[in-house]
Amino acid sequence: MEREDIIKSLNKDLESVKNKNDLAQVKANYLGKNGIVTNLSLKMKEIPNEEKKEYGKFLNEIKVSVTEKLENCASSIEQQELEEKLNKEKIDITLPSRRKMKGSIHPMTRVVEELEDLFVSMGYDVVSGPEIDTDLNCFTKLNLPEGHPARDSQDTFYLDKDYLLRPHTSPAQVRTMEANVNKEPLRIVCPGKVYRRDDDATHSHQFMQFEGLVVGEDISLADLKGTLELFAKKLLGEKTKVRFRPSYFPFTEPSCEVDVSCFKCGGKGCSLCKQTGWIEVLGAGVVHPNVLKMSGYDPEKYTGFAFGPGIDRFAMFKYGITDIRQIYTNDIRFLEQFDRKDVD
Amino acid sequence: MKLSKKFLNDYLSLDLDFKTVAEDMTRIGNEYDSVSKLVEATDLVVGKVIECKMHPDSDHLHVTLVDIGEEKLQIVCGAPNVREGIKVIVAKPGAKLPEITIKKSNIRGVESNGMLCALFELGIDKKYLHDEDINGICILGDDAKVGSDPIKYLGLDDEIIDFELTSNRGDLLSILGMAYEIGAIYSKDVKEMEVSYKESGEDINKSFKVKVETPDSPMFLAKRINDVVIKESPDFIKTRLIASGIRPINNVVDISNFVMLETGQPLHFYDADTLNNELIVRNAKDNEKLVTLDKNERTLTSADIVIATKDKAIGLAGVMGGLETEITEKTKNIIIESAIFDNVKIRQTSKRILRSEASNRFEKGLDPKRTYLAIDRCCNLLEKYADAKIQTGLVTYDKTNKENKEIEITFDKINKVLGLEIPEKEVVNILKNLKFEVKKLKDKVKVSVPSRRIDISIKEDLIEEVGRFYGLENIEGKLPTVPLKPGKYNKTYREIKHKMANLGLNECLSYALIRKSEFPLFQVTPKESISVLDPMTDEHETLRYTLLPSLINIYNYNKARGINDIHIFEMGNGFYKENGEYKEEMKLAALIAGEYKNQFESFKFNFYDIKGILEDLLDYLGYKDRYTLEVRELPKELHPYQSANIILNGKEIGIIGKVNPSIYKDDIFVLEISVKNLLENRCKDISVSEISKYPTILKDVAFIVPKDLKASDLVKEIKRFGGKLLKDILLFDKYEGEKLESGMKSLAFKLTFNDMNRTLTDDEVMEIFKKIIDGVTSKFKCQIRDK
Repeated sequence: MEREDIIKSLNKDLESVKNKNDLAQVKANYLGKNGIVTNLSLKMKEIPNEEKKEYGKFLNEIKVSVTEKLENCASSIEQQELEEKLNKEKIDITLPSRRKMKGSIHPMTRVVEELEDLFVSMGYDVVSGPEIDTDLNCFTKLNLPEGHPARDSQDTFYLDKDYLLRPHTSPAQVRTMEANVNKEPLRIVCPGKVYRRDDDATHSHQFMQFEGLVVGEDISLADLKGTLELFAKKLLGEKTKVRFRPSYFPFTEPSCEVDVSCFKCGGKGCSLCKQTGWIEVLGAGVVHPNVLKMSGYDPEKYTGFAFGPGIDRFAMFKYGITDIRQIYTNDIRFLEQFDRKDVD
Repeated sequence: MKLSKKFLNDYLSLDLDFKTVAEDMTRIGNEYDSVSKLVEATDLVVGKVIECKMHPDSDHLHVTLVDIGEEKLQIVCGAPNVREGIKVIVAKPGAKLPEITIKKSNIRGVESNGMLCALFELGIDKKYLHDEDINGICILGDDAKVGSDPIKYLGLDDEIIDFELTSNRGDLLSILGMAYEIGAIYSKDVKEMEVSYKESGEDINKSFKVKVETPDSPMFLAKRINDVVIKESPDFIKTRLIASGIRPINNVVDISNFVMLETGQPLHFYDADTLNNELIVRNAKDNEKLVTLDKNERTLTSADIVIATKDKAIGLAGVMGGLETEITEKTKNIIIESAIFDNVKIRQTSKRILRSEASNRFEKGLDPKRTYLAIDRCCNLLEKYADAKIQTGLVTYDKTNKENKEIEITFDKINKVLGLEIPEKEVVNILKNLKFEVKKLKDKVKVSVPSRRIDISIKEDLIEEVGRFYGLENIEGKLPTVPLKPGKYNKTYREIKHKMANLGLNECLSYALIRKSEFPLFQVTPKESISVLDPMTDEHETLRYTLLPSLINIYNYNKARGINDIHIFEMGNGFYKENGEYKEEMKLAALIAGEYKNQFESFKFNFYDIKGILEDLLDYLGYKDRYTLEVRELPKELHPYQSANIILNGKEIGIIGKVNPSIYKDDIFVLEISVKNLLENRCKDISVSEISKYPTILKDVAFIVPKDLKASDLVKEIKRFGGKLLKDILLFDKYEGEKLESGMKSLAFKLTFNDMNRTLTDDEVMEIFKKIIDGVTSKFKCQIRDK
């Protein structure tokens, strides 16, 4: 047989190969003990000497061609079988995954942590005072002498004549200043629960405040403004502006109400800001000299600023919560929405 | 405080839009609620009724023809007092009244082109009006010009700013105070008040005495007025009262209110003929009775201040006068009281009994100079408008200090506190505009503050004055210049919350005040509870010690809304009293109920889920292998055989388990630990141990043991026999059922063997493995499974 004929017949045989067994049969037919190519090489001894070189070359070419063809076929069968195997393992990737039980962090905790991080990054210490405190710390030492309207039991939960549930986080100012033996400058924030006998639709008798106090030399309202600008931007967005309006609080002098530009309309005026472009968010001011004095700081040497926002409203603004009661109702369908991180 | 524009203009010439004034006042710290016109109605005109006939189809309607100057309108009118010849207020078609918009209409077949108006239809509250003004249309005086503005004619063309003032600015509860404040914004002077009058007769001091027997009245003045004629007040008084929210009554009563509005000093008038020759100011006796002007009998306490005769109380000082001595239509002679009472006492009394315009002013504190001024102003007006004769002399009890307050402050201090650079001249100007006496020295100002500004006493108060008039909006924010230092915070509290959330629990925030009856729940021996003295509701009366009642309530709330799979936690303080001291400690509680499902698994929560949460948390916090669950003493609210105390270093730090089915049929699992007690136990930092380079050998074995044998006891024995080459014991299967004898269970373990320094041989591991099997089976008289 000529070389072409052998290749032709091999091609034909390979066409009907379906699997590795078929291929092994074909391989035996050509290269096996009785195979066509094997038989051809056995013929070598019958070839006259002068033709042996030529025949050897012929044989070698056939062997190379046949082996190559068989190997190609083998690899394509392997490929095919792999594909079949993979195909059998096909799954529906749209089926739901094996997930762990999901939990969440409460919106108030989130706001507190975000603010704590901001102030800690500026060197403030986060302090926590007791929720049961004395009327001395909550009122007297904050320049709210006996008989002051804000002390009325109508607004405060008294436990006995001296102790009460703190109506604001401001006693943290007193406690921190008193604890500072050397009366050095200080920077603190105090997040915490506060309690007031308030029960209308927009107030809850328990809510969260975030007290801030800085005492040092030449601390001014400008320092307060810059600090609150950072505060507002952190919670309500970089474009938020801060406005001071004079006001009155017994523990600060001068005192101011602090407005932020309406984050909803950007200050153009909308229903949220009652068309004013501004939303009143907190009270602040320069620490009253009596407050410094009563906690052992020399008001001639030191000044300070303090602020004390209720932060439930900030949580409402930030997350679009429309009813303050949702914060304390703990409806699972509400809580579950806080199962992800906030945007940085 | 309602500020009438006309009233203000009596003392301040101001030609400004009132809305602008309101905005400018807000900028200096005086917020307002609203700016409005006294009468908002539009398209009103004075008309004259030139014809008035009965409506052909009605027994009470009239058909009128009204001349309004430019035209004559046919208008149907239902008022009983309409008649030919009177001048009336006509609302033309298109007029907007508070309740309606006037249109041309047809009333029972007769065309009507407008409305003849009563005052209340224009928005004047009925409480300010006489009966005849309520029952009929308003009849204008004959001098009203047809075609002109009737509101202007009536003097009701006024605007009102309703201010919401801060509690320190009692001085702004007066027209004079407002005039000074607003005058300071626009650099205007306040006009002098007319206070002149003639005195006659014998000095009152000869016939009348005031005895002050309480320290709560530092000032008490009395003046006698004779022969007053009670009648209606002049229009300017009536309209100013109405604009200020006070009902006109008669000239004498109105003047007392008018002067209070002008000066801020509340006055009280007594019918002098109902008194004898003495007034006593004293504290009330407990349970003393007094019938006040509003005809209510009040029961007083010794904290109240009363005005009395020798026999009995006749007025509640600072709050309301008594009925017996009130001014009536028949009153001829009057004693005027102008006094100052202790503001705290008045607040307490008025809070208990009645809040009034007077008490509101006494509470905020008064300027003692105005106490005199008010008397003089009163005399001036009574002489003019009540034909009164003013008796000579003034009965005076006065322990007040009326001196100006002298304050010195440097320009530097002002600018340093405000963070501004206000020029010295500007500082001086601001203070001068406030009508303070100002002396500029080299680097400071010396300021003399008049007694009307009772809110100003120290340097910082002056800084605020300068700041608010200069404009706090001019402050540029900056950050404090302070030394660098790291800030501190409680990271562990945070990590506990985040770990719990990562374990699949939703953080809750609930109220610390709970029902008193909920307090003892989940406590073995309840701590002493703390309740508030004056709870708003029973629901929020007592401070919780354990957080579990709150979590159970949250469970109930959600279950009632069809949510059954609940996994929640809360961290917060628990409160209790011990040896008379209030205590609070940080606690963590969790609750799981219902089931957890996904594509592959679905299981009802059981004890081991809550136990897993506890262990994951405590291990994460660094307490691995340091805590155990033991049954010591459990609250009756927990299942006795599916619950335990959590023990750390021998001390109980919490409880864990199933809620007792006798309390709750649902399968609810809870845990609570005292975070405070937990964190008192310190943890070591992670210290890495070396990893063996040699292969590990694994062996599986299952023991068939009695059901009530504790797995932990079995593990303890395996560990004992396994020695130091046994590195890990994993319980990977538990079986109870048909394939086993009843009362038995199979526990299967995977044991890991390894050595740090060499490869273990199969033979030596087999030897240890056999030792474990033999040891355990003989110790517990049990068998291994499948052999």
